[in-house]
Amino acid sequence: MKRVQFEHSTIPYLFIAPQIAIIAIFFIWPAGQAIHQSFLLEDAFGLSSQFVWFRNYVDTIGDAAWIQAAWFTTIFSALVTFLSLGIALLLAVKANEVIRGASTYKTTLMWAYAIAPPVAGLMGNLMFHPLIGDLYKFFNAIGWEFNHKLDSFDAGFVVVLIAVWKQVSVNFIFFLSGLQGISKAVNEAAMMDCKSPTRRFWTITFPLLAPTTFFLMVINITYAFFETFGIIDTTTGGAPGGSTNTLVYKVFQDGFRGADLGGSSAQSVVLMIIVLALTIIQFRFIERKVHY
Amino acid sequence: MKKLIMKTILAAGIAAIAMPVTAKTELQWWHAMGGRLGEVVDEIATNYNASQSEYEIIPTYKGGYEDTMTAGIAAFRAKQQPHVLQIFDAGAATIINAPGATIPVADLMAEHGKGFNSNDYIEGVRNFYADSAGKMIGMPFNSSTPLLYYNKDAFAAAGVTNPPATWEEFEAIAPKLKAAGYTALAQSHSPWILSENFHSRHNIQLSTGNNGYDSTDVKILYNNDHMKMHWGKMKEWLDAGHYGFFGRAWGDNQDAFVQKKVAMWMGSSGSFGGLKKSTDFEFGTTFLPYWKSIIDEPKSTFIGGAALFAMSGKSDAEYKGVADFFAYMTNNENQVFWHKETGYVPITTAAYEMAKAEGYYNESPDAEIGILQLSQPGGEWTKGYRLGYYVQIREVMYKKYDDIFSGKSSVEKAFSEMESESNALLERFAATYK
Repeated sequence: MKRVQFEHSTIPYLFIAPQIAIIAIFFIWPAGQAIHQSFLLEDAFGLSSQFVWFRNYVDTIGDAAWIQAAWFTTIFSALVTFLSLGIALLLAVKANEVIRGASTYKTTLMWAYAIAPPVAGLMGNLMFHPLIGDLYKFFNAIGWEFNHKLDSFDAGFVVVLIAVWKQVSVNFIFFLSGLQGISKAVNEAAMMDCKSPTRRFWTITFPLLAPTTFFLMVINITYAFFETFGIIDTTTGGAPGGSTNTLVYKVFQDGFRGADLGGSSAQSVVLMIIVLALTIIQFRFIERKVHY
Repeated sequence: MKKLIMKTILAAGIAAIAMPVTAKTELQWWHAMGGRLGEVVDEIATNYNASQSEYEIIPTYKGGYEDTMTAGIAAFRAKQQPHVLQIFDAGAATIINAPGATIPVADLMAEHGKGFNSNDYIEGVRNFYADSAGKMIGMPFNSSTPLLYYNKDAFAAAGVTNPPATWEEFEAIAPKLKAAGYTALAQSHSPWILSENFHSRHNIQLSTGNNGYDSTDVKILYNNDHMKMHWGKMKEWLDAGHYGFFGRAWGDNQDAFVQKKVAMWMGSSGSFGGLKKSTDFEFGTTFLPYWKSIIDEPKSTFIGGAALFAMSGKSDAEYKGVADFFAYMTNNENQVFWHKETGYVPITTAAYEMAKAEGYYNESPDAEIGILQLSQPGGEWTKGYRLGYYVQIREVMYKKYDDIFSGKSSVEKAFSEMESESNALLERFAATYK
């Protein structure tokens, strides 16, 4: 009897073993390394090293540049998430109503999905180039003294614009399939009760889309935090005056460019804690309001 | 038949296994020379491999300067380091301070009978990658120095005959250039050209501890009156339309010169080859301007670029090969070849004399300006600097200069923040070696 039970329980472990191995090798082990390294001051080549307790953390939190990056990351993530969700939802609702040439619209809107963030950044760079950029010239021609090389608002505008443009298509695909999953009968029943399409949308369609919206919100915040790295790197590089530097980009600058392993490890541990906290908040407080 | 095929395969296999025993000693060389520069590097390697039968140097392009340094560091930590690693000026403190990461080039050459005399190297090159006693640690490889390029057509249109030797002269001609439709000046590297070399040109101390050569426990001295005066002027010039700022990227500022938006551009002595190809106007090359109000006779500038380091942890036989390759690379023929092909300066006096004797500077006088500037009299503070976490310090400098230009900070505030943030980084670096 016991033997049977034993056999029963190994097989599931075998099935999840590859997944566990991947998590252990690509997450737990490096994360452990980062935590270990974050307590050390070590020369880049690993030839001399000191255990310094929390010095790297104190230096990180006390660094004006880190605080600036933390603020920008917060504002940037909020803007990118809100705008790319909002615009995608609007486009999805409109595209869902189109009858003639629907697939053309949909394909066109999904196109940008295939573009990698660094490529999107390079394209943006060309459009905003001070000497040859069409958008740069356009904004200056309409009376906006646009100069993203010196003005931090303009630089923020550039990176938000590119990050949102790149992300709208992903959100659009999910919203569109979410909308198509809402049964016609529900809409038809709502039409009998309420004439205003706007009100119908907010009281019927939007709540029914909530699971999709919640999922996309989690995905978008992660995108804004981590994946926009390529966009920042190829456009502003954190300039002017560090005003468009994000936390992830700073980890890269200090660790990979500047060879300060202890400092950048401490920064990435702090970042890990922030993202963990955000995820807990999202699932604890926002997911409760979502009805599946 | 089948047996025969099997035998052939087996024989081939044995041959393949046996091959490396008789093969040349392989020497890995990781570098940061992209594009045309990379092609020249490959050519030097191919020529070297053909010139002898004992060693084979294998150059590998690893990306930009920072990428190459990071790749080298990661490889070293995994005990997979290349024999030769190219490290740029701002990374010099990182590799030289790491105890035993590299074999000093002076020792390497002497031990393997190649002879070494640092006086063979030209003044501005000799000390940059040396220790405080003057012993060379890294072999200077691609060396350049900042220069001023000027558009002769623009100068003629504005009625200006000579390029400015001093910043005082610059202030006098800038309005004339503006009247002729040009922004007077742009430049491509604020920390290198207008901070580090600003100190060298005016013979001003850059940090305590003998510009960082004597110790890691140092404080930066950028927050001085001369720097604040100069950057206050830069902001005035920007506002008056005499200085054009096209962002941090090197190329964007150079493009402004190529596209005739600006009449003068400060870049590298190695830039003239590229400018020759991309410009459709006649331009001239001249020394970096200085402030007459600070110094009467300007001093030499120091080099930028990178050096080659022999990484530790290799066998004696391999080091013999590295020494042999270094000797080959720095011989006169190769230095002159490198100089002509890339625009980087020759690093030895003998190679410079050879290029001169060949009449190279008669056909392209611009190529000589960098060496002439590096050969100007040196002063107490012209040999270079050795500062830890300097990549991050340059980042701080870029930020503070942005803040001055955008009006976010006063010059006073920007330099005081630059000082405290840089010192915090230096303090962290020093604490690593306690």
